[in-house]
Amino acid sequence: MSKREKLRKERDYDAYVKQKTPKPTYLKNVIWAFCVGGLICVLGQFITNVFENMNMSEKDVSTARTIILIFLGAFFTGIGVYDKLGKRAGAGSIVPITGFANSIVAPAMEFKREGYIFGIGAKMFILAGPVLVYGFGSSVLVGLIYLLINK
Amino acid sequence: MAIKKLGKQTVQFKNPPTIISTATIVGPKEGEGPLRSYFDRILTDDLYGENSWELAESKMLRETVKAAIEKGDKKISDMEYMLAGDLLNQLMSTSFAARDLGIPFLGIYGACSNMAESLSLGSMLIDGEYADYLVAVTSSHYSSAERQYRFPLELGNQRSLSAQWTVTGSGAAILASKGKGPKITHITTGKVIDLGIKDVNNMGAAMAPAAVDTIVTHFKDTGFKPEDYDLIVTGDLASVGKEIAQDMIGDVGYDMSKVYNDCGLLIFDNEKQDTHAGGSGCGCSATVFCGYIYKEMKKRNLNKVLLVSTGALLSTTSSQQGQSIPGIAHAVRIVNDV
Repeated sequence: MSKREKLRKERDYDAYVKQKTPKPTYLKNVIWAFCVGGLICVLGQFITNVFENMNMSEKDVSTARTIILIFLGAFFTGIGVYDKLGKRAGAGSIVPITGFANSIVAPAMEFKREGYIFGIGAKMFILAGPVLVYGFGSSVLVGLIYLLINK
Repeated sequence: MAIKKLGKQTVQFKNPPTIISTATIVGPKEGEGPLRSYFDRILTDDLYGENSWELAESKMLRETVKAAIEKGDKKISDMEYMLAGDLLNQLMSTSFAARDLGIPFLGIYGACSNMAESLSLGSMLIDGEYADYLVAVTSSHYSSAERQYRFPLELGNQRSLSAQWTVTGSGAAILASKGKGPKITHITTGKVIDLGIKDVNNMGAAMAPAAVDTIVTHFKDTGFKPEDYDLIVTGDLASVGKEIAQDMIGDVGYDMSKVYNDCGLLIFDNEKQDTHAGGSGCGCSATVFCGYIYKEMKKRNLNKVLLVSTGALLSTTSSQQGQSIPGIAHAVRIVNDV
């Protein structure tokens, strides 16, 4: 079979498979993501309001809120609830900071059996690692541009 | 001269090996499925008292072998070979089980096609008069497969609708040169077929062309037709792949609709058990064959069966390097004495 013929065959099969494969239930997913993601944000706002009423500074409120949400994300991952929530909510529970906690705690739990060094230590950031690398990387880049523009 | 060879890829046995006994052990989820009454043992805890998923899978495989040998009224020392494989890197479950069993061991890897591959090679050893008794066995475990191929169990992600659920289970079959039971008369060894599918959440579509190629070759080599079978069953194409395979074989001119099914669809109730497209893994065709099909053959509700276990020969490395998913399928023809 020539290369061209092979490519055509693969393209035809790909189109055929796409037609046979069930499409994701977009509307249902979007509604779930909106509701769950929204509720997590409402919880964050509630925590903010409570601390603000205790006359904490804006910076302290932000730190306290982050710590509490990360704790909750880790806690519900640990008791095996967060993955069930994520199955329905999708991006609604992945995008908020609780999802970030989930992406670190889940591999830490999974790879505990390979030991504390090469298991937990090495594998903990297997999913969150790329987010951190490119998050920090892009913030440095944007910071440099900001510096040059303001000079 | 290869006097037992038939056509391009098929072997016809002179002294068809007998499957004298089988055994199955499955996990809790499989034990809630439609085939629950056919399994010998259903685990209530999928760690099986071990410290890791891999060791649990290994124990499952080891205990399945012991159970099958016992049901065949044999001893472990009667077994001359153990042909086995699983999905884990360097065949961890089977190698560790073989260490404990002490049966001469040949490790094989055909991904989820392991059951048909081990039955094929085992039949050749028996018919070739190299052994009188051997065991063909394979296993898979949902949790050990997830952590090797996909994500940590507790990660809150969404599975796509074409994704499949790895079966937690092990199936073992004892092959013998003589004895009572269904016999393996023909095998058709498949080629690796790859039509360029890269979506790891759509394994059924990636493997279907390999199943089509092997089944069509089997028909051409032997002259059999779909009507010559009570059941033609693929390993783990699940809902998407099964439909594709049936259509593609129909296009070649064989209508399989009356006798065709897929182990991945038999083992779970996709609606109730939320398994999306269906089951997968070495344990899928192994437990369905050694449980449901073998027992139905013993009862003579099924007499002529073509087992076509299908495998996706990808690795995490190959998919991260952007490669497509090569598929393979091996066919084994099993019939009752008339």
